[in-house]
Order: sequence, then structure tokens, then C-alpha cells
Amino acid sequence: MLTKVHSGLDPVPGVWWKPAHKAEKVWVAIAFAWCMVLFAMMPLWHWKGGQNPSGIRRRVDPVKYYQRSVEFAKQYKIGEDRGIPIVAPPPGAEVYLTGMTFQWFPILQLQAGSTYRLHMSSLDVNHGFSLYPMNVNFQVVPGYDYALQVTPTAAGDFRIICNEFCGIGHHTMVGRVIVVDAAGKTVADNSHAVIRDREAK
Amino acid sequence: MSTAATFPHRVCPATGRVIAAAAEPLIKVNAVVAIVSLLVGAIAALLLVLTRWQAVHLLPAVWYYRILGVHGMNMLIFFIIYFEMAVLWFTSTVLLNARPANPKLGWFSFGLMLSGTLMVEWVQWTGRADVLFTSYPPLKAHPGLYLGVILFAVGALTVTGLFFATLVIAKREKTYEGSVPLVVYGAVTAAIIAVITLLHGAMIYIPTFLWSIGLIKSIDPEIYRMLWWALGHSSQQINVAAMVAVWYMLSGLTIGGVVLNEKVSRSAFVLYVLFISMASAHHLLVDPGFGPAWKIVNTSYFMYMAVLASMIHGFTVPAGMELGMRLRGYTDGLFGWLRRAPWGDPGFSSLVFSVVVFGFVGGITGVTIGTEQINIIAHNTLRIPGHFHATVVSGTAMAFMGATYYLLPLIFRRKVAFWGLARMQPYLFSIGMLLLSMGMTFAGSFGVPRRHWDISFAQAPFDVQFNPAVDIVLAVMGIGGILAVTGALAFIAIAVKSVFFGEAITTWPLGKDIAGIPQGLTTPPVHAANVDELNDALHAESRGIAGATPGTLVLVGIFLLAFVVYYFTNWKLLSFLWKVG
Repeated sequence: MLTKVHSGLDPVPGVWWKPAHKAEKVWVAIAFAWCMVLFAMMPLWHWKGGQNPSGIRRRVDPVKYYQRSVEFAKQYKIGEDRGIPIVAPPPGAEVYLTGMTFQWFPILQLQAGSTYRLHMSSLDVNHGFSLYPMNVNFQVVPGYDYALQVTPTAAGDFRIICNEFCGIGHHTMVGRVIVVDAAGKTVADNSHAVIRDREAK
Repeated sequence: MSTAATFPHRVCPATGRVIAAAAEPLIKVNAVVAIVSLLVGAIAALLLVLTRWQAVHLLPAVWYYRILGVHGMNMLIFFIIYFEMAVLWFTSTVLLNARPANPKLGWFSFGLMLSGTLMVEWVQWTGRADVLFTSYPPLKAHPGLYLGVILFAVGALTVTGLFFATLVIAKREKTYEGSVPLVVYGAVTAAIIAVITLLHGAMIYIPTFLWSIGLIKSIDPEIYRMLWWALGHSSQQINVAAMVAVWYMLSGLTIGGVVLNEKVSRSAFVLYVLFISMASAHHLLVDPGFGPAWKIVNTSYFMYMAVLASMIHGFTVPAGMELGMRLRGYTDGLFGWLRRAPWGDPGFSSLVFSVVVFGFVGGITGVTIGTEQINIIAHNTLRIPGHFHATVVSGTAMAFMGATYYLLPLIFRRKVAFWGLARMQPYLFSIGMLLLSMGMTFAGSFGVPRRHWDISFAQAPFDVQFNPAVDIVLAVMGIGGILAVTGALAFIAIAVKSVFFGEAITTWPLGKDIAGIPQGLTTPPVHAANVDELNDALHAESRGIAGATPGTLVLVGIFLLAFVVYYFTNWKLLSFLWKVG
């Protein structure tokens, strides 16, 4: 017959619903309190913090979204880099970014300290928006428009790395975001640091 | 130990348990196929880690993505679930001295699972399913991929049904007294979560299959992501429940660990059933399809109640081990019980590493990156695989490996081959996995994406130059990966040699430590004669809050501190980003 102590391998005869020792109760209470802290942090950050993945979300027809993004690029185009338009919308504008295999369209030029509404969607499959070197990551899903208020904090030359597998050329999908300072000057341009010619290969 | 069984069986000479003749081969085939899948997955792992280690960069892009899909399916689905099927057959029959329900249907289910497995392997290896493990539409694979998964899932679901039927039979035939053992209770938890999970799998894979053969026009990519993760993450919760059950089992077998309080441990398992399936919502934290309220509700109340369950097990498992050792007479100091534990027993060392790496690395990182906002700096970076290699591989796979060292003599009746290697294997594997997960986690913190062939971006239109520290952490990942794969291959060599060419155990040399049989079986842990008096003394009021397990209180205190520091460090890192909202 079993003693009062038994391993998890033994069946338990009789009533096993017995009070726990104080140490266990205290640990359960501490663990529960900590879980409540974890919970509270999320609403708290919506209220007091500045980084929240909320934004506006709506369904959208991928082709229509892409057309909107082409129009937007035409409207604010200021130049070109590797055949992709560089687009400089005014502060506060609605900004449209499209992911497609294997390119981000267009190149955005934003101003540090200004707020934009950045729309993101995909023309074909799932893509991942990963802003480098800021490490800001969002999922870009075809058929869904994800619009986030973004405010770049400092000027620089940024990259958008696709971080969701989107096909065999996934690793070549890199886009560019230029952030100019408050005076409108480009402080860093390393896009030509290494110029690669795909045709040459 | 039990009433005389009326069905064909043998009695285990080491444990005195009844092993039904009809159940034994089912346990064996599932365990063997699990290990074959592990072999395929481990070879794939080596190729992958040597590609991601940018200094080596072994595979071409096409093969990298292809092998990544193969690795995911073999490790996360085939290895783990076949092993869990073995665990279900083992716990419901051997631990309850019962016969299995309808073994013929059991074999049919196994056949379904096997044909599904072979179909998936075929489409993946022949390049017809380069959509990786998650196969998000509109990326489309050959219908064989979806059909294979469906066949496999139907087979697994049937075995789960047979598991419940076996429990009913055992209860009716009164093969045990009172309530089922805690380990079986844990297996029941895993089985319930498995049913929920597999139903979600059917809800998403059946329409996707119909889409792949042209019967349905399109699959909404966001709804797919939601339902797929109700399968994809919940299947990892089956692992958690099964792993915790195996923890209690190994603790009992290796050092005579006890159950501190059945109420507390069983309630924690109930929390898993109630809440853990919702937690898969954390995969959609930075998705466009859902609002903040949906995200917070699903990943906070629901997920954190499951986190609470893990934190409870994180106390009761080591505390049960501590109390078990103290009741056997190892009472010196705070950690005498731990120091004098059988560190050379691969079952025990696997258990300890599984608990520690799962809790400290897997648990803490998982809860942190599963936070709505912190996910912004973690989503789809290498931090994600860093997290789940600590949980699924260092936690679940390590626990299953430890269990295998006991199953080989108990079920296969063979000595564990290459005993010297077997004693080292858990150390090799877990140190490797620890380096791999840390390397991945830190690389991800620098923004290195997951599922990415070439982070030198040689063919991309714009250059990207990662922080030079990334080269170092990726090298750590590479070296860790090689160590871990070596550990996994050592495990496979040991298991295959033992099963097919191992030395049969004819008589049990009880009381002697011999090579090839874990000491928990030859010298089963025995409590002192006056165990109940000792227990009462350890629980005496005068011992205060620390009670019977002061060592464990110190350990969980360190754990909580690490958790708090890591969590708030991540909020600090998040606050440096652009304003996003």
C-alpha cells in the first residue's frame, strides 16, 4: 500500500484533494501576481508607451491596392534608384508600400520627427516588413491593408528586409527607406556603398 | 502491484508492472519511426546550420528552403508526434496494467500516419512543396503535402481516441485503485489538447487541400494564418503537456521524486487544457487582421494562465525531486540532494537539462516575445527559432530522449548500447542546443531574419550590413548546432544499436550498477523505512515557509529574477524604436 508520499507513477487511492503546503501556496500566489503584471503591461503601453501594433486594418483588393500605391508614387516621385521610384510624401501624408515577389515598392523618403500613416499590403503572397537597423517587424498579408502611424525618430538610410518566406528569391527582397533630418537634408546615404549588378552575374 | 491480468501479457521484472502483449509492439513501432524521423531531421539540421552560419554557407538557396521544410516536418511533426503516440500507448497500458483498446484499429491508424508521412516526405524531397513548414497561402504546394498531413492527423486523432478508450477499459476492469497516476493524468491533458489541435488542423488543411486541387477558388490568407496557428502552436502545447508528464515519470524512475500535492499539480494540467490553445494568437500580434483588444485578450488572460501552469510545474517538479531525495536520506544542506543525484544516469541528466533549458531559456524568451508590443522587435527574426529550439528541442526532445533510455530496457528488453556515450549524450546535446538557441536569440535581437538563405544579401538590389557582432553570434549558433546534431546522432546510434543489435536482458541484476541499464532500474530509488515520519518532520510548522524543499525555493527565486530582468530589458529596447501606433 502507498504511504503518504508517492511518485507520479502510482495511482492515488482515496481523496487526493488535500491542502497544499505554505511554500507551494506562496509560489502559486507569486506566479499569479507576476502573470498579472505581464497582462497589465500590454494595455499600459497602449496608454503610455509609443510602440503599438494597432493601426487601422481593412480588407483590400490586392490589385486595387497596388494601383493606389503606383498613383501615390507618381504623385510624390522625386527620383529613382535602381529603377525604383524614390517618393517623398509631405509630413502627415498617407503612405503606400507594396510588397511583391521580390521587391518593395516604392522607395520612401520620410522626414525625421514627422508622422505619417504607413499603409502596408502585398500584391501576391505573405511578406514580412522588417526595418533595418531599427528592428521593427510587421506581417504583410495579401488582401489586408495595415495602416500604422509611424514617426521616424532620427535621420538615416534604412532597409526593408523581407522576413517572411515568399518564394525562392525571398533573400533578394530588400527595399529602402530614406529618412532626412528636420531641415530636409540627407544625412546618410549608403545605398551605393556596394552597387551590385544582377545582370552582370 | 496489481490484480492478475486476464489478457496475454508479461510482468516487468524491474517494476512489477503488467505489459500487455498487444500494446508492446505498438509502443515499439511508434518509437522506432519517431527515431527514424529524428535521423532525417537531424541530417537536415546539420545542412541548415552550416548554411545559416554565413562563414560556411553550404547549401544553394533552393535546397536551403527545401531542407528547411523537411526539417520542420520531421522534427516538429513526425518525430515528436510518433513519440507521443508511443507515450500514449505506454501510459494508458503499462502504467495502468491494462490492455489496449482495439489494437487492430491501432495498427490501422499507424498505417494511416505512416502513409501520410511518406507522402509528405515524397513531395518535399522532390521539390513539389517548397512552401516551408507553415505553407501560408497563396503560396501553393502539391496536393500531396496537404493530403499527407490530413492522413497523418486522422491517424493520430484515432490513436488519441483509442487512448481514451483504453482508460475506460482500465477503469472498468479495475486494473488500478483510485485515481490514475499523475503521469497518466498529464498524458490525458496532452491527448485532450491533441484533439483540439487536430480538429483545427482539419478545419484548415481540408479546405487548403481542396484549393490545391482546384475545387475551392481561394483561401483567405489571414484566416489561414489564424486557424493554422491553432494547429501549429497548439501542437507544441501537446508537447508541453507530454513533456511535463515525462518529467514526473523520469523524476519518479530516476531518483524517487514524489508528488508534493496532487491538487496543485493536477490543477496546473487543467489550466493547460483551458487556456493554452488560445495562446496561439500570439503568432498574429503584428498581423493586419486583428485589433489590439483581440490580441490582448487572447494572449493575456488566456496565455498567462497557461504560463502560470508552467510556473507551477516549474516548482513542483524540482520540489518533488528534492523531497524524494530528502526522504531517501540525502538531507545535507540546501543542495545536497542535487549534488548527490545520479548525474551519470542519462535519464536523470536529460530530465534536469530539459527542465532548466525549457524554463530558463524557452519559457522566459517565449513569454517575452509573445507580448503584444515586444513582438514588434521579435516577429520573424531568428529570436523565434531561438525560442522554440529551447522549448521543443532542448525541452521536449531532451525529455523524450531521457525517457528512451528507460524504455529501451523496460519495453525493448535490451541494454542501452554504447553506455559510455549514452552517459555523455545529454550533456553534449543540451550544451549544443543551449549555444544554438542563444546564438539565434542574439542574432535575432540584431534584426537577423529567420528562414533566410543569405544574410549577406549578395543578390539584393541594396546592401545590408549587419552589426559585426552578428558574425560572432552566428558562429556560436553554428558551433552549438554542430554539437547538438552530434548529440542527436549519438542518441540515434545508441537507440538503433540497442533496438536492433542490442544485448538482450534476460535476468535483472537487481541491486548492482551495471553498464547498459540506467541505475534507476537496477537499484530503484527506495525511501527510508520511516518515510512518513520523515515527511511529517520535513513539513513541520517550525520549518516555516521553506518547508520540505528549501533548495527549490532558492532555484525558483533565481528563475523569477531572471524572468523579470529579461522581460523589462525588452520593454526598454522596444522604447528606442520609432513611434509606431
